[in-house]
Amino acid sequence: MLRKNWWKILSIVFLLYTFIAGFLGGVPAKPILNETIRNLYFHVAMWFGMMIFFIVSVIYSVRYLRNNDPIADVYATEFARTGIVFGVLGLLTGSVWAKYAWGAFWSNDPKQLGAAIALLIYLAYFILRNSMTDLDKSARISAVYNVFAFAMLFPTIWIMPRLVESLHPGGMGKNPLDTKDIDSRMRLIFWFGAVPGWTLLGVWITTLRIRLQRFSIKYERHV
Amino acid sequence: MQKTFRPVFSLFKKDVLLEFRQQYSFYGVLLYVASTIFVLYLAMGQPENMVWNGLFWMMQLFICVNAVAKTFLQEGRGRQLYFYSICSPVHFIIARMIFNAALMLLLNAISLGLFAVLLGYSISHPWTFFGISCFGSVSISLVFSFLAAIASRAQQNAALMAILGFPIIIPQLMLLMRLSTMAFSDVFQSGLTSIVLLLACFDLLVVMLSVILFPFLWKD
Repeated sequence: MLRKNWWKILSIVFLLYTFIAGFLGGVPAKPILNETIRNLYFHVAMWFGMMIFFIVSVIYSVRYLRNNDPIADVYATEFARTGIVFGVLGLLTGSVWAKYAWGAFWSNDPKQLGAAIALLIYLAYFILRNSMTDLDKSARISAVYNVFAFAMLFPTIWIMPRLVESLHPGGMGKNPLDTKDIDSRMRLIFWFGAVPGWTLLGVWITTLRIRLQRFSIKYERHV
Repeated sequence: MQKTFRPVFSLFKKDVLLEFRQQYSFYGVLLYVASTIFVLYLAMGQPENMVWNGLFWMMQLFICVNAVAKTFLQEGRGRQLYFYSICSPVHFIIARMIFNAALMLLLNAISLGLFAVLLGYSISHPWTFFGISCFGSVSISLVFSFLAAIASRAQQNAALMAILGFPIIIPQLMLLMRLSTMAFSDVFQSGLTSIVLLLACFDLLVVMLSVILFPFLWKD
């Protein structure tokens, strides 16, 4: 499955569709946001991708803890790595969007803070991994930290911004994916172009790294 | 219930006895608390409420990191192997968490006292703040207990504990700071109960996760 090409080509097709339709397609005219709502295809889709990768990473960590399979640990690490990359990209695209919509790159919004905290947690995950030389021990302990940190992250990113007032949509209890905010054209491009496109791209990058790591484990060569 | 309680209680008693026998480590933490608060006083004088609040919670964070790191890191490999052979990991981590919570309560009272004496204590609801600070200290100590368990398996580095812990503790810290600013204002605000409940849920989550995950750290 990792070597098949069809889903990689599919990801390129999805992304091309997202870019072309995203910039040329029509968008609803919202106050304040105007044309910047097109960033939905990039920023929000990347966040979705990041959450998916972190969820996959924690699932593989749990799998590692259950049966001590070193490949599961490789999967967990590489998905966490890609999650960080997408998180940074999401933060950058979000800051650019914030500059035009809210006036400043960073406004201490709860979701922004939650995202920054997520990045710090996963960077700490990598520092923890590298601090131990014994491979089994490093895999097991970082898997434990991955599960713990992810469970603490859930409330931070999802629950708290909904409870407090926030510049993002969805503060103070409103539904963040409100159907009135985006129309059916955008929804089509978002759910059938952007999210699968960015996610598959991330999976492609991750699987390349996984294959590299498996090669290095199998032939005991450091890459 | 009785079967769980007795090993936990004896492990807790062991920790307390260790504190009494090796008092230098406890005095070390006390001195750390006193010196840091004194340095804060020299740097800030008697700051206004919001700054006071912020400084207090930062102090609690650093005190907690130090105090909790001490209890885990002072045990050598041989002793950990001994514990592995005589008790279950769940009992061990529960006893450890209870001990760290009790230690943090004591240190919290001492540091709040020192803060009040040196940096001023002009709070509208002093006992509410005391209660909030106790609750907050216990919450922070629960998280750092588990992180100290992780760090003690990974080259016994106290700095590692700080790196692992600070991002995770940020949401709880922000909730605590929001809660404690309510103790400063004269008007009673209605959000108090919901924030306390949220923090209690966080603590419950941390305890459950620690109990589930600690056995994986145990078998080394």
